Amino acid sequence: AASAPKPLPSSGPKSLREMPHPLATSSSEEMGPALTPSPDLLLPRSIADKDLSLPNGTPVDTSSPASSSSLLNRLQLDDDFDVETRDLFVTVDDPKKHVCTMETYITYRVTTKTTRAEFDLPEYSVRRRYQDFDWLRNKLEESQPTHLIPPLPEKFVVKGVVDRFSEEFVETRRKALDKFLKRITDHPVLSFNEHFNVFLTAKDLNAYKKQGMALLSKMGESVKYVTGGYKLRSRPLEFAAIGDYLDTFSLKLGTIDRIAQRIIKEQLEYLVELREYGPVYSTWGGLEVELSEPLEGVSACIGNCCTALEELSEDMTEDFLPVLREYILYAESMKNVLKKRDQVQAEYEAKLEAVALKREDRPKVPTDVEKCQDRVECFNADLKADMERWQNNKRQDFRQLLMGMADKNIQYYEKVRVALASI
Amino acid sequence: MESTEPEPSDSRPEEEEEEEEEEEEEEEEEDDGALLAPKQRLAAMEDCLAKKMEITVSEAEKRTGRNAMNIQETYTAYLIETRAVESQSEGQCAPVESLWRRYSEFELLRNYLSVTYPHIVVPPLPEKRLSADNMDPDFVERRRIGLENFLLRVASHPVLCQDKIFYAFLMQEGGWKEMVNETGFQLKADSRLKALNATFRVKNPDKRFTELKHYSDELQSVISHLLRVRARVADRLYGVYKVHGNYGRVFSEWSAIEKEMGDGLQSAGHHMDVYAASIDDILEEEEHYADQLKEYLFYAEALRAVCRKHELMQYDLEMAAQDLTSKKQQCEELATGTVRTFSLKGMTSKLFGQETPEQREAKIKVLEEQIQEGEEQLKSKNLEGRDFVKSAWADIERFKEQKNHDLKEALISYAVMQISMCKKGIQVWTNAKECFSKM
Repeated sequence: AASAPKPLPSSGPKSLREMPHPLATSSSEEMGPALTPSPDLLLPRSIADKDLSLPNGTPVDTSSPASSSSLLNRLQLDDDFDVETRDLFVTVDDPKKHVCTMETYITYRVTTKTTRAEFDLPEYSVRRRYQDFDWLRNKLEESQPTHLIPPLPEKFVVKGVVDRFSEEFVETRRKALDKFLKRITDHPVLSFNEHFNVFLTAKDLNAYKKQGMALLSKMGESVKYVTGGYKLRSRPLEFAAIGDYLDTFSLKLGTIDRIAQRIIKEQLEYLVELREYGPVYSTWGGLEVELSEPLEGVSACIGNCCTALEELSEDMTEDFLPVLREYILYAESMKNVLKKRDQVQAEYEAKLEAVALKREDRPKVPTDVEKCQDRVECFNADLKADMERWQNNKRQDFRQLLMGMADKNIQYYEKVRVALASI
Repeated sequence: MESTEPEPSDSRPEEEEEEEEEEEEEEEEEDDGALLAPKQRLAAMEDCLAKKMEITVSEAEKRTGRNAMNIQETYTAYLIETRAVESQSEGQCAPVESLWRRYSEFELLRNYLSVTYPHIVVPPLPEKRLSADNMDPDFVERRRIGLENFLLRVASHPVLCQDKIFYAFLMQEGGWKEMVNETGFQLKADSRLKALNATFRVKNPDKRFTELKHYSDELQSVISHLLRVRARVADRLYGVYKVHGNYGRVFSEWSAIEKEMGDGLQSAGHHMDVYAASIDDILEEEEHYADQLKEYLFYAEALRAVCRKHELMQYDLEMAAQDLTSKKQQCEELATGTVRTFSLKGMTSKLFGQETPEQREAKIKVLEEQIQEGEEQLKSKNLEGRDFVKSAWADIERFKEQKNHDLKEALISYAVMQISMCKKGIQVWTNAKECFSKM
């Protein structure tokens, strides 16, 4: 049974410390598994405390720094963390293969160094596999639906086409997983998410996961975001612009991905011909006396060119393409968040309309409409902040990526030039 | 490589001449096949036409006319310009003389030279025919250069440059064809040479020529393989460069939706366009390299031809010797009455009756005459053969030096070309990187 909706703390600039925790006053039995079916209570407030980790209803510390930092988000103009102020460092490395009776899989070492109070120890080192990352991402999406969650590298790999255990594949994945965690670490809200905390620290993540699963099965539908099929009246211009931007952005990235793949393909075909070309000079050199030296020289050169070209193509495949694809996935998940935002706004508008239609003589707007309004404002604010951060990071990421691409090409030509100079 | 005289731009053979002279002065020539001692060879080269005269094939023009079968045809005529080189810089230039020739006349000239100087490795003509279109401007241009090169090669050859027909080819427009035909060289041409792969069983082949023929076969094979693969490599490289042009377009489109990143992307895209366009020039330069290799592909054919002629000569010699031997034997048998070898004549005479002594005497006399003739012929053939080997080998040595020099230069300039391509690539990508850094 749903408890009477308590006035939710407004997402306005009031400090949350002033608010009574909505669930703190209810008895533990009443709360049961902590989360009632009422969708209102589950709605995002960009405050991490709604998702209680302990099923017996023990309240979570309300003075969650997440809430204050999300306040800070809105107040601060620049919320990029400087390296000096960073207090959390996470790295993914050391992939290892595990062979079990049921399956074979890879785990990665996740190392954490921190001075944050939320962590009991200053250092952690745990082993995680892709499944665990996937779980984390789902949890973040659930618990922070107003935020942009970074993408994971693709889950499914066509067996037979790609070798899941090849060095290149594992290394590419490792880099992407490392990026994933670093992006979360850099996020002022997400980095304080408790699932993230558990992910970084728990010795036995599976046990924790099971708890969450139990909760999930009891909550059923109510956990999922209500997409009530409300129609949106008017999308605020800035979000429409973001939507359009993301559409075009994805398109262009897709085109660049195709171009890059085509270039790699052409390079490989070029390589095939080069591999035949070099030896012919050698054969000729065998026929000649005086000319054999320069001929052998050219042949060796072409061989070096082949090696350098191979390296270039490999680098592009391993470093360039995955980042592009990551951003395409990112854009997709961002568009989903935008859709959710639209839904929240639509719901609010619908409710507002319903109230207006009733023409009841109420001195103030009913609380559930107020809640909706809060939700909308919250969502919008979070999204805007995240978008700005995303834009900035994206700029830096692409700057680095494209410079890297240019660099690799420069290196290729340098290698060939040096080889040629020896003739 | 500097030429000391004002030479036309395409004066490669002259330059090569100079280096050859230097090489010869430095080398100790121990050449038992040489026609001339080094100093004399030097003098011969000084005398060669190329030193005295500037020769260019400067233009190509489409013509229409009626051919021998009175059918209208279009063909290309090439303008040959010549000008005497003033040895002292008088400041005045001699007048330019010119005439038009078509490809078939060049062919006629070359055939004449091949037949008249069988011991010389005669410079090759550019390709006879492209599968597509003889009127294609690129093809015509490359042919023009090839024809000019041919003339310069002939003009710098110590022996060939002195030929009157060659001189007339350059100077005398009218009546040249008749002049060539009057030499009757076609009669001298051995039709057997046309059967390229026909084998003549030579009992005592000259090892040097056999090796040389083998070498020319291998050279032809390896160069044509090289040219084929090079063409494929060039195609692929073209593809790589051109696809980069697509980056230009998409970066431009992307920059339109970006704020801070926009400028950097846009200008980087421009550099990608430059990169994609640069391949056209690169490949054109490479075509020049390919043409240099092609010349030697055809030269290998000319080398092979000399070996074949020698083979034929040797064959003829052996046949003549064999014929002489058998005649002598016949004579002996008739004289002594003993039959050593089986002969149909012998058998028939046995079957149908013996000859009269008078008949026998007559036969012996005829044979003796024939034997004498044969011996003289054999002597002269032997002499011819020895002369041929001597002069052929001299020219072959000259050719070898020329080939080594030319190809070495070609390989080096190919490497230089590739280095320049790398530098361009580095430049473009560095520019792009700078644009990216400003994003």
